[in-house]
Amino acid sequence: MEKFLKELSDLRGISGFEYRINEQIKKLIEPYCNEVRVDSLGNIIALKKGKKSNKKIMLEAHMDEIGLMVSQIEKNGFLKFINIGGVDPRILPASEVTVHAKKDLKGVIGAKPPHLMTSGEGDKSVKITDMTIDTGLSYEEVCELVSVGDSVTLSQSVGKLLNDNISLKTLDDRAGVCAVIEVFKRVGAIDADLYASISTQEEVGLRGARVASFGIFPDMAIAIDVCHAVTPDNSKNAFEAGSGTVVTIGPNIHPKMSEKLFELAKKYDIKTNTDVDDGDTGTDAWAIQVTKTGVPTALLSIPLKYMHTSVETMNMSDFEATIALIEHFVKDSDDFAEDWLCY
Amino acid sequence: MLLEKLCNAFGVSGCETEVRDIIKEEIISYADEISVDSMGNLFAKKNGKSHDKTVMVSCHTDEVGFIISGITKEGYLEFKAVGGIDTRVIISKKVLIGKDKIKGIIGIKAVHLTTKSERESVPKVKDLYIDIGAKDEEDAKKYVNLGDYAVFDTKYEELGKTSIKAKAIDDRAGCYILSKLIEEVQPEYDTVFCFCTQEEVGLRGATIAAYKIQPDIALVVEATTCSESPDVNEHEHVTKLNGGAAVTFMDRTTIVDDDFSKWLYNTAKGNNIPVQYKTVVAGGNDAGIIHKTAEGIKTASVSVPCRYLHSPAGIASKKDIEATYNICKLFLEKIKL
Repeated sequence: MEKFLKELSDLRGISGFEYRINEQIKKLIEPYCNEVRVDSLGNIIALKKGKKSNKKIMLEAHMDEIGLMVSQIEKNGFLKFINIGGVDPRILPASEVTVHAKKDLKGVIGAKPPHLMTSGEGDKSVKITDMTIDTGLSYEEVCELVSVGDSVTLSQSVGKLLNDNISLKTLDDRAGVCAVIEVFKRVGAIDADLYASISTQEEVGLRGARVASFGIFPDMAIAIDVCHAVTPDNSKNAFEAGSGTVVTIGPNIHPKMSEKLFELAKKYDIKTNTDVDDGDTGTDAWAIQVTKTGVPTALLSIPLKYMHTSVETMNMSDFEATIALIEHFVKDSDDFAEDWLCY
Repeated sequence: MLLEKLCNAFGVSGCETEVRDIIKEEIISYADEISVDSMGNLFAKKNGKSHDKTVMVSCHTDEVGFIISGITKEGYLEFKAVGGIDTRVIISKKVLIGKDKIKGIIGIKAVHLTTKSERESVPKVKDLYIDIGAKDEEDAKKYVNLGDYAVFDTKYEELGKTSIKAKAIDDRAGCYILSKLIEEVQPEYDTVFCFCTQEEVGLRGATIAAYKIQPDIALVVEATTCSESPDVNEHEHVTKLNGGAAVTFMDRTTIVDDDFSKWLYNTAKGNNIPVQYKTVVAGGNDAGIIHKTAEGIKTASVSVPCRYLHSPAGIASKKDIEATYNICKLFLEKIKL
């Protein structure tokens, strides 16, 4: 499972550039579904045909990652860049990156060194506009290979830490993608049609899920994403790594779906936490819920440390708990899917 | 490849055995005498054609890094920086800790959870922590001891035809050049090649090494800053990548003997070796202590330009390393004392 996660995490596709990776992801889910297609925004939509096809259940995760984009080529071949999605500027100085030019180029993000700073400057974090990517190549070589608008991804990936903790470049939300594919692998045909939407452009505004959900228009949907895990510098709005999967309740979530998830977690002895969210969950669930005439939606999240860095870290037990709960929801849906979600 | 091996090696100031062992193995069959002193300085002597004078060529084996100073109840590691590290370059970087090279991450809470003023300021090292995935303090203690060192977990890689990316180019580039000189050069005078420890915490190893050797002349082989970012004025670039070996006339610790620095620069020019002056008075190195040793030692520095010095990933040019090697070679063969 860790190998599968790493394979997905190592793929490099920032929002809007998922075409770089969706063929590979499509191949990974293809063996476990009857149909798979890629829509005009790059969403991968897979279908496992139901025995009765009386309902449509959609599992959703997003494939895009945060990253950077080349905005200007400077003299000496240094590259100015902008961020795509929420990138903390403080993690960038001296980070290694890969520039997806005519061929992939390794680079390092540089900034003004400390000895050239005026007093006080050293206490402030470097602005993205004051950083550049250095590929070590000459201006001529850079102009030959790099175009303004090329995407850039963070390079770093750690691997296994102690005690089932794993740190990879992109677990937000390839862990969710991995969970969706794993559920497709584990469950056979149910009564309902089971859909997967592995969506694009979540990080820039839930854009892929909006159209994927329109295309499928499911009777119910579960979005799988990440939430914050507790770290020494933050315990608010966060869950302990290793404490289970996180079920959200609040306006974004259909109450019967979250109740069902808690019920199943209890029945199958799966560890859960409750996340109370007062409105926008900041996930694709927010877009899915208001598709067409409305889609009953739930959200399951995996606690993640250091979100939106290249050292995103989670505990495998939380990931497994998330998969297990979705798996049971899907398998047991034959018993409850009919007409239970209308008020 | 030797340079790759040296840059990837674990060698924070005070913990340099791994680096020393690589060098020892490399030079053992080429040096006439090898010894190691109480601080871990490695000396390799090569007999010259003449025994009238003694030449010292030095570099340093250590790199900047971290030392583990505490373990929290939750199992996170507290640490201190060893040597001058800009806190801005360490956030969210991966590290290796201790003899067993346990993997760790320098953590910070996610950007979503920060305030604007937090995002705009640089956290203090004491507010950062290393995450190894331990369950709690007791669990962490099974893998890490107080006083264990940590290094950036960065792999040497080539960028294009001429550039390299690695940690610790400062001063494994110097270690590489000295090792090659020992293998390939027949010096004019008896020469002691010193691989000094603890430069980054205050020129400690060189202090006792220079005292021991008390040479007639000394040359320090270093890596020095190269700050060509577009937002830096050209006159503040210090050195240029691919501009050749950088000869220092003055830095924060040394005013180099004028004849000696000019001899290096002009001899390089005369032999078509790419050479440049380090144009900004910044930084310092072992020359700062060597030239003040005993009754004084004429000392100069020649350096490989390196971008992003003291960070997880520096960039240097193989052409500049070659030029620096060639200047050192000329010095050993041609200098008249």
